[in-house]
Amino acid sequence: MSSNRQAAAVSPWRAPILFAILALLFVMEGTMRNAMFSGSWNTALGILNMGLISAITAMGVNMQWGYAGLFNVGVVGFLALGGLAPVLIALPPVEGAWSAGGSRLLIALAVGLGTLALAAQAWKRLSSGRGLAVTAILLAGFVLYRWLFDPAATAIEANNPARYGNLGGLGLPVLLSWAVGGLFAAAAAWAVGKVALGLRSDYLAIATLGIGEIIVAMLRNEDWLARGVKNVSSIPRPVPYEIDLQQNPDFVDFAGRWGFAAAEASGIWVKLCYMSLFLVVLLLVILLAELALKSPWGRMMRAIRDNETAAEAMGKDVTARHLQIFVIGSAVIGIAGAMMITLDGLMAPTGYNPLRYTFLIWVMVIVGGSGNNWGAALGAVLIWFLWIKAEVWGPALIGALTAPLPDGALKAHLLDSAAHMRFIAMGLLLLLVLRFAPRGLVPEK
Amino acid sequence: MDILNAIVAILNFVVIPAAAYGAQLALGALGVTLIYGILRFSNFAHGDTMAFGTAITILVTWALQAAGIGLGPLPTALLALPVGIAATAVLVLLTDRAVYRFYRVQKAAPIILVMASVGVMFVMNGLTRLVIGVNEQQFADGARFVIDVRSFREMTGLAEGLALKTTQLLTVVIAALVVWALFWFLNRTKSGKAMRAYSDNEDLALLSGIDPEKVVRLTWIIAASLATIAGVLYGLDKAFRPFNYFQILLPIFAAAIVGGLGNPLGAIAGGFLVAFSEVAITYPWLKIAGYLAPGWQPEGLLQLLGTEYKFAVSFVILIVVLLFRPTGLFRGKSV
Repeated sequence: MSSNRQAAAVSPWRAPILFAILALLFVMEGTMRNAMFSGSWNTALGILNMGLISAITAMGVNMQWGYAGLFNVGVVGFLALGGLAPVLIALPPVEGAWSAGGSRLLIALAVGLGTLALAAQAWKRLSSGRGLAVTAILLAGFVLYRWLFDPAATAIEANNPARYGNLGGLGLPVLLSWAVGGLFAAAAAWAVGKVALGLRSDYLAIATLGIGEIIVAMLRNEDWLARGVKNVSSIPRPVPYEIDLQQNPDFVDFAGRWGFAAAEASGIWVKLCYMSLFLVVLLLVILLAELALKSPWGRMMRAIRDNETAAEAMGKDVTARHLQIFVIGSAVIGIAGAMMITLDGLMAPTGYNPLRYTFLIWVMVIVGGSGNNWGAALGAVLIWFLWIKAEVWGPALIGALTAPLPDGALKAHLLDSAAHMRFIAMGLLLLLVLRFAPRGLVPEK
Repeated sequence: MDILNAIVAILNFVVIPAAAYGAQLALGALGVTLIYGILRFSNFAHGDTMAFGTAITILVTWALQAAGIGLGPLPTALLALPVGIAATAVLVLLTDRAVYRFYRVQKAAPIILVMASVGVMFVMNGLTRLVIGVNEQQFADGARFVIDVRSFREMTGLAEGLALKTTQLLTVVIAALVVWALFWFLNRTKSGKAMRAYSDNEDLALLSGIDPEKVVRLTWIIAASLATIAGVLYGLDKAFRPFNYFQILLPIFAAAIVGGLGNPLGAIAGGFLVAFSEVAITYPWLKIAGYLAPGWQPEGLLQLLGTEYKFAVSFVILIVVLLFRPTGLFRGKSV
């Protein structure tokens, strides 16, 4: 890996020019109405907002990969776990859910965690017969946990199942849930990292693949938590609602002065509010990451990445540092997950597709420039823009390519399958960049 | 106590499905472990290689069915299988030439190869979607059952029925044949010995005049065959849906790691271990408890874990092995 990262002369104008091109793409999307662009600022800002969230996710992945060479294949799981936070923090409490079984459920979860901790301690402390003792502890803990948990979960799910059937939230401000989302993801990352780090490098990849699938399965099936596949909607917003803006005469007046109809202007205004919030978070993450990278800690991380053996010989605890960066990176991904659910206002666990939320993020990081925060952010927004626009451009391209073909089954099949071309295109892009420009669009300094 | 009925129920709901599933996992894990042994990286594209091979086989099966060619009681897919294997082998050889060889020559870190395999996974996933779409496809034909529930009841007079699907029996038989052929090849032929030598010690193998590119090509062809066979058997037994083949990646990796990456025997043992644990832990034991302890009436279904969490079983097995024996039960590679 080290051979890919030697500093080569890169024009200092490269990043600003690329960012300018990106900005131009969004301006074109917002203003030009033709076969390529929608000409709607609402669409352009919608893409940009999701792009900014992808950029924060990519930042987390970039910390793990770019600073430490850790391959996290469970990004979707950490995103989903972060997305749980707005549901549990910002929603108002569900009437009757806590009295139905809330405290029993919390005790059950505590018993579950306590069992694991006790088993770990027993394994550490006991010298003889510890296998037997740990098995006994785990079995007893499991039975107790299920005895406490099952009736509680059933009772909560039976509480007004058509509307709720879940525990509800704490009714706290939704912005707080972003931080909590980060904490959730960090906790899960700590547990996985503790086991899988320090072994051969592929193991972390495989273990994170597993935890990702399990977290998504949990969100789909644990109805008491976030209603599972029945979805939780109307998650509170940190920004005004369109309908309120449209009824506010001052806002209508203000929109009129800019030449916009109230309906369109309210959508744009809301998206601009979200955009500012996301930009603040993104810039804060980049600032902190840049400061950390320039500190002695950052130099140590890069030293470990470039030569683990040498760093270890210098007395650095490689596994502990890897665990640290893995947890921090996952926390950033969790924050992005909470932001995404806040933006959508909807928790729909069926939407968490690993191809979209794990591997597309990886394409963003690799294309943008692993190890470089600005590169990862640029790659994320750019790839997200292309991914969305490929939905429009792909069929148009296939249509143009197949135009000379005679009408028939083959042509119809090709036209139908244009949507799948996106996957092939993204895979090829990843492979090409990995091979021919492994340092990405904006290389590490 | 009704031991006979209990045994039949266990056979019907646990042993037979788990044996078939275990055989499919074992074939998949063999492919992963061979790639790991020779090329030294975990191939994330293996699930999608299986899906691609199966998709091609399904297309040929449909063509054969349309032409009225069949195998009588056996599924037509068996006739189509060689075509699927050939197509998949060509695809993976092209992939190796275009993608992996560059990093091999460079001696890049294994994690870069893993990353490249993710790119390959994306492309293969898109290819499969392009070829056959994202929907579920049924392609099993021929006789459905070797033994069905009713004739078993009439034959034995037991209350509990037992069904053995043709695809389940076929899976186990074909897997046994394939494994026998693979071990014969690895242990008895010159090419097989070259592969094992290369896996054990690359430098020594090079010094002995083994052509590494030939070994790598052979490995890819074998891995593609194993993947296609495993994929087709899985598709016949359950149903073909491209996304399932991505999800099966985790149990397959768990099986390969449990057995020890790079160790073929371990992959087979790991496949069956993962499959039996998965089925046994997600099966509701209420019925069997009813036979064994008639007086006892438990509240729940006696199911340790819901079927929706079956992947958690592979994950827990994986974690336990990583914690206590990171090289696997059968001592795989440690690098």
